[in-house]
Amino acid sequence: MAQWLIKNGHLIDPANGLDDVLDIRIANGKVAAVGKSLSAEANDEVIDASGLVVSPGFIDIHCHLREPGQEAKEDLLTGTASAAAGGFTTILTMANTRPVIDQAIIVAGMKHKIQTDAVVRVEITGAVTKGLEGKELSEIGDMAQAGARAFSDDGYYVNDGRLMRAALEYASMFNLPVISHSEDCCLVADGVMHEGCVSAKLGLKGRPAEAENIAVSREIMLAEMTGGHVHIAHVSSKGAVDLIREAKAKGIKVTAEVTPHHLCLVDKTIESFDSAFKVNPPLRTNEHIVALIEGLKDGTLDAIATDHAPHAYEEKDCEFNEAPCGFAGFETAFSVLHSCLVQTGQWNLQALIHKMTAGPAAAFDWKDRGHLSVGGLADLVLIDPKKEWVVDPHAMLTRGKSCPFTGMEMVGQVVRTMVDGKWVYQDGKIIRN
Amino acid sequence: MRGQHILGLEHMSVADIERVLNTADEMKKVTKQDIKKLSTLRGKAIVNVFFENSTRTRSSFELAGKYLGADVINIAASTSSVAKGESLRDTLLTVQAMGVDAIVMRHSAEGAAQYATRYVKAVVINAGDGAHEHPTQGLLDLLTIRQHHGSIAGKKVAIVGDILHSRVARSNIWGLLKMGAEVHLGGPKTLIPKEMLDMGVTIHHRVEDAIADADVVNVLRIQLERQKKGLFPTPREYARIFGINDERLKLAKENVLVMHPGPMNRGLEISPDVAYGRFSAIEEQVNNGVAVRMAVLSLTLADGVQA
Repeated sequence: MAQWLIKNGHLIDPANGLDDVLDIRIANGKVAAVGKSLSAEANDEVIDASGLVVSPGFIDIHCHLREPGQEAKEDLLTGTASAAAGGFTTILTMANTRPVIDQAIIVAGMKHKIQTDAVVRVEITGAVTKGLEGKELSEIGDMAQAGARAFSDDGYYVNDGRLMRAALEYASMFNLPVISHSEDCCLVADGVMHEGCVSAKLGLKGRPAEAENIAVSREIMLAEMTGGHVHIAHVSSKGAVDLIREAKAKGIKVTAEVTPHHLCLVDKTIESFDSAFKVNPPLRTNEHIVALIEGLKDGTLDAIATDHAPHAYEEKDCEFNEAPCGFAGFETAFSVLHSCLVQTGQWNLQALIHKMTAGPAAAFDWKDRGHLSVGGLADLVLIDPKKEWVVDPHAMLTRGKSCPFTGMEMVGQVVRTMVDGKWVYQDGKIIRN
Repeated sequence: MRGQHILGLEHMSVADIERVLNTADEMKKVTKQDIKKLSTLRGKAIVNVFFENSTRTRSSFELAGKYLGADVINIAASTSSVAKGESLRDTLLTVQAMGVDAIVMRHSAEGAAQYATRYVKAVVINAGDGAHEHPTQGLLDLLTIRQHHGSIAGKKVAIVGDILHSRVARSNIWGLLKMGAEVHLGGPKTLIPKEMLDMGVTIHHRVEDAIADADVVNVLRIQLERQKKGLFPTPREYARIFGINDERLKLAKENVLVMHPGPMNRGLEISPDVAYGRFSAIEEQVNNGVAVRMAVLSLTLADGVQA
């Protein structure tokens, strides 16, 4: 197995408190050494990382790979290639596939396919309810024993409070989180965008932020009641941030994530009626963005997750009301946040990397990920923080070519990704080992 | 304005609005003539693509095109391949391939007309897109007000009813504000988004306050399905609390103009005595509709040749 000595990179490893120009040696798929001016050993291939940032591999705790069942949108090959290009070395895929991942045998089948097709680590979310129908609990225990790492009906809110209570109680026996897509279904009704001045003007039906707040409020109360771990997916409202902050202060087991698009895009973009901006929960206003950034800074929001949700371009190319929600997110995540928040001075690179590495790992208690400790997994990325590029979905590795960031100028990009001590992505190309 | 799409009044300039209204005044004379046919658009082809049912707007556009000498055909969604599952894009490309000069489009989805401009080279005229805009209705309402009151600037216009779901309301608001009118919205809280304040209007939930001293009362249709969705308790209650009747109309100015885009629910949002009373301009609106559509078609397809 190849050995690597990556020299002179700006190593940022928030879990270990490292933020310095350091060398790092990789041997036998593990981090062998981290330090100043390490000398090359006989078998080392030396990489000069001067001017580059070296970070633990990013962890995405919320994505959709569409396999099984909707491979025209994405499959394990293209999805994990896209993840690698975005610097993600571990991703957690959601259960809303066809068939839904709601039985151990589907989890086992997925794990088998992951071994042959995936270029990054793929973890699996099982459905909370059978068929995501919100009526009966899935076999949570069976799926946990088959290797599922979390449970979620993502895409749908578990409307029945009794079922959600049971899910939290049951999953807690396996020390696994239940991920909540928090939106009060009746209040969002048939809304297609954030309810506010823009929706009022355009005549598009709105989804009020209060729908999210109400749903998050219930989840927090149920987590307190059951002692289970609820993780709030894609937080987008100021009210939800406030509720989660209070809950954490009370010691309730709640964690939360936020997406790059909810941090960097507002509902005003929908004035173009471009369905690339249609997402669930919807893009909100600057007031909400300010609260989300504050929530990241003070630790209320644990992680940044992409909610990578690729759709075939043709599917999104229609009337706004008819278009499916979501878009690809792996390959733009880091660059969007770096360009919109770090370059503008609203945030710093160390904190951004923390929320993409140690933050998500800690939220789900994945102790072996999200850091570059000696003896630990050699999952890392090299980032060129000065690289300028323009988002062109057709140049991306995902099949989801609809992207709200199309044409935007970015500063900073992942240039290499290593999983298990092997390079899997370099300069726009996947390396299959 | 030649070659310009007409998608809404939000982005139409005051100069263009005036140009349409002035041309419409001329076109109105044509509609009163014995022989109405002009040759302005001879050789031009116009397709009315209506994905939603409409009698009034579709016929108005059809006659407008025909009075100007264009060849006009109608495609109704219920009889088109849309019923077979064809996408909007494919329908538009098919129409485009026939070499038409203008597509007049009505669709239930907000932004559908704007979407059409991505795929067709022809002039796109929005004949109503969901709850977003209905620009020619907005223009004909402006024309009706201008003809009656002499000007629009400084007039108090009350728009009463289901604002939330109304494309007519949105086009009226943009057009009226641009032309210097004061716009007051009236109706139940459930049918007026409070965020519309941002557009520059005043909102009233006592309909009496909205129409007090108004120069114009524009009454909007209440769709009864809204009641089933719980946006107001019963049609009876709506009529009693928010309906425009003779008694309420006395609160408005003496020479108030009453408008309604039609079709009306008589006895619900508007009482028959008001609908057919001396202040009503409802029939005049229909006549002005043809004139405005003739103006829009001639200006966008042929530089607005004099009538």
